[in-house]
Amino acid sequence: MRYLPLTPEDRSLMLGRIGVGRIDDLFADVPAAKLLPRAPDLPPAASELAVERTLGRMAGRNVAAGAVPFFVGCGAYKHHVPASVDHLIQRSEFLTSYTPYQPEIAQGTLHYLFEFQTQVAMLTGMEVANASMYDGSTATAEAVLMAHRVTRRRKAVLAGNLHPHYRATVETVSAMSDHAVAALPPQPDGREDLLAAIDGETSCVVVQTPDLYGHLHDLAPIAEKAHAAGALLVAVVTEIVSLGLVTPPGDMGADIVVAEGQSLGNALSFGGPYVGLFATRARYVRQMPGRLVGETLDAEGRRGFVLTLSTREQHIRREKATSNICTNSGLCTLAFTIHLTLLGEAGLRRLARVNHANAVRLADMLSAVPGVKVLNDTFFNEFAVRLPGNAAGIVERLAARGVLAGVPVSRLEPARPELADLAIVAATEVNTDADRAAYVAALQEVL
Amino acid sequence: MLNRQGRQTDTGEAAAAAPGTFTGNRALRIEEALIFEIGRPEVTGVDLEEGDGVVPRLGGLERAARIGLPGLSEPETLRHYVRLSRMNYGIDTGVFPLGSCTMKHNPRLNEKMARLPGFGDVHPLQPASTVPGALELMAELGRWLCVLTGMPAVALSPKAGAHGELCGMMAIKAALAARGEKRSLVLVPESAHGTNPATAALLGYRVETVPARSDGTVDPAEVEKHLSPDVAAVMLTNPNTCGLFERDVVAIADAVHRAGAYFYADGANFNAIVGKALPGELGVDAMHINLHKTFSTPHGGGGPGAGPVTLSAALAPFAPVPYVTLEGGTPRLVEHAGEGEAGRAPFGRLSAFHGQMGMFVRAMSYMLAHGSDGMRQASEDAVLAANYLRAGLKDLMSLPFGDRPCMHEVLFDDHWLDGTGLTTLDFAKAMIDEGYHPMTVYFPLVVHGAMLIEPTESESKASLDLFVAALRDLAMAAHRGDKARFTGAPHYAPRRRLDETRAARTPVLRWTPPQPQAAE
Repeated sequence: MRYLPLTPEDRSLMLGRIGVGRIDDLFADVPAAKLLPRAPDLPPAASELAVERTLGRMAGRNVAAGAVPFFVGCGAYKHHVPASVDHLIQRSEFLTSYTPYQPEIAQGTLHYLFEFQTQVAMLTGMEVANASMYDGSTATAEAVLMAHRVTRRRKAVLAGNLHPHYRATVETVSAMSDHAVAALPPQPDGREDLLAAIDGETSCVVVQTPDLYGHLHDLAPIAEKAHAAGALLVAVVTEIVSLGLVTPPGDMGADIVVAEGQSLGNALSFGGPYVGLFATRARYVRQMPGRLVGETLDAEGRRGFVLTLSTREQHIRREKATSNICTNSGLCTLAFTIHLTLLGEAGLRRLARVNHANAVRLADMLSAVPGVKVLNDTFFNEFAVRLPGNAAGIVERLAARGVLAGVPVSRLEPARPELADLAIVAATEVNTDADRAAYVAALQEVL
Repeated sequence: MLNRQGRQTDTGEAAAAAPGTFTGNRALRIEEALIFEIGRPEVTGVDLEEGDGVVPRLGGLERAARIGLPGLSEPETLRHYVRLSRMNYGIDTGVFPLGSCTMKHNPRLNEKMARLPGFGDVHPLQPASTVPGALELMAELGRWLCVLTGMPAVALSPKAGAHGELCGMMAIKAALAARGEKRSLVLVPESAHGTNPATAALLGYRVETVPARSDGTVDPAEVEKHLSPDVAAVMLTNPNTCGLFERDVVAIADAVHRAGAYFYADGANFNAIVGKALPGELGVDAMHINLHKTFSTPHGGGGPGAGPVTLSAALAPFAPVPYVTLEGGTPRLVEHAGEGEAGRAPFGRLSAFHGQMGMFVRAMSYMLAHGSDGMRQASEDAVLAANYLRAGLKDLMSLPFGDRPCMHEVLFDDHWLDGTGLTTLDFAKAMIDEGYHPMTVYFPLVVHGAMLIEPTESESKASLDLFVAALRDLAMAAHRGDKARFTGAPHYAPRRRLDETRAARTPVLRWTPPQPQAAE
């Protein structure tokens, strides 16, 4: 087997040095009746070529986003990732290293995480950010738990246009922890009155912007009301590229900003791995979940970086930790930070402008199709459309014509038949004039 | 171009003491600044055609103020990150015996497979009709995991080991609730990973610690003593974090079940027993599997992980959405409670999408390559290698639980350093100078100054022999009082020891622009 360096001769020499006769002598603590006499009933070892054939066949059955006009979003976005990003994250010193427990030989990881934390803080308009979470949805659940710790309250208010999967993630953790959640109903037109839902029991208000349906929100009035009630404002961003063009939540009074960072550097990969961003105010740093990298000096006075404030974490605090999280999204974090370093402020702003412009063009073209109505006054690169018929069926018929046209809302909110004629459509820099024309032509055919 | 004419070819004065350098660099070891110190906001390494402008639909929420993000051109970017990478130690650099972390070889075929457009470039919410191969892969991975654990069901969506623990414990809480019970206690042995008690506490459980007996394993009689109708679950790592197989695991599982509680197994150390024993046959109700440990997906500097959880028949109905189910042999994605088969009662949802697909592909690639026989051989080799280190080091270092076979990792304590004035940390840092990544230190907490060494199956005999020789040399140096090799170590790493106290006392968690100097 090509991955195993030991030869049969090595193995018998080693057994001799250990002083046992056969390998199963080393498994003597396993109850004899439970020790398997042979390998389980699964296929035997396969060559690299054979594995490529098997997996290549499976992969070939899927429609890749890059192969078709592609307009699917709702929390994961098809962006162009520069070639150097994927090259660099495959440097084996990055790929095959681990959590930087020995900082003297992990400065590469610690250095880029320090840069990442700074970039995330700048992007979100916050003071500090951690070294990443699993993804945007789990970061949102962690933000709610953190708000409970800070306010010593136990009730979260979720905006109706929070991504339903994010809502379900928060609801699951909350139900299991006996915390209350008040989830408001969806408002596809973007006109929601959150303020009335905030009361003296509320620990936090969770608002997504751009929201599920693409609407942008001025968070300042919500922050004001939340703060007056002693609650925190948790802002959720599922399309991080938007912050190249839109006022960041930190400038509108958010106390915690969580985001999905997949759009920068990371592939769609059918939903994961992605990278959760988590930023907050400096005064709350000791209540933050997750790993943090800090600057320090080595014994010769040179600048270096270490994991710090670990007394918040499970390996020290055990059942008193701020979170049970151990792993972060290391390599996805690296992809994010490299892509953002390549872009810089100028590149990010341009990328955001191109996304917005492509969405505006598409919205105008779709609006012109009889029976189709765009619901948004405001949006970044994603908006909601009302279709003349069942959106899931229309999206399916468009897929059959080679256009991946968006997400039918019924896929996310199956219990709300009143939303069944809505679809959410995303546009990014990858879409061309030809893609948009193909979309409109196919839509006219199926309607 | 290299002109040989007139060029000196002997070693010159190379043996003289090395002088300092103007840059602070040391040849291939090059110091690197922060992007904020070398980048400029107007520079970008990404070109993108921008068409005609449009009338913005941002509702007056344009970001006006400068963000402050620096940019680098492509060559500068490559150089920055390549230099950083060279300050890191990875599995491909050398022996990385970090106990409990299973730093095995990461096959590059896995990387290639995960990047096939049919896996890497598919969206979690595109129509299911356009992703049958992705669902097939998930179903197939689930099948292999079920066979290898001897358990009937699996939840794939947890994103890491600790997330898998959360999933398993939530399934247990849901199963108890379905029985109309609300229990409040979880038993955790003192050798457990910190994530175990943290997970239990997150779900509102009180945690009771079960002490180990003198041989480092859990005594079923001790578990019995703690069991009561208020105990929801026992969380046990097997093989445990002392590198020992819990030989009374079946008796413990029986006792737990008699008390109406569930048996959660932390599968972090599954690499010792793949193809050798089935957790399902040992009485396990839920076990998370770290794909980034046992199944070789890259650790990536701390993630991403993937933590599928296998479930017993008693817990299977409560597995969270989304999941893939087989209907007449065809995989179907179930995304909401009520869309699945009769009898299912999902406890909820753990994250936005379907799990760490990129890691699923890599793990599947590893499993297909090894096959059932290869995975069994890998576990045997991992156990063999750990015992080989034990045999090679036991006369110089101290084994806390006596000279007995270990599983895939061997645990030493710091007793053997008594009187040397040196600590486990000193020894670990001296290993860095020898070109090794240190073992896990000060974990598990049950022994003093723990050194937990996990060589994995990926080391050749020659590599293990050199490792033993180097550690023996260091151990003898410690015994003869050669403190200089230890107390200042590491001497040859990109950094000397770093001041962690300073970092925690005055946290600097981000770069900030230098303050302008006051005018004189």
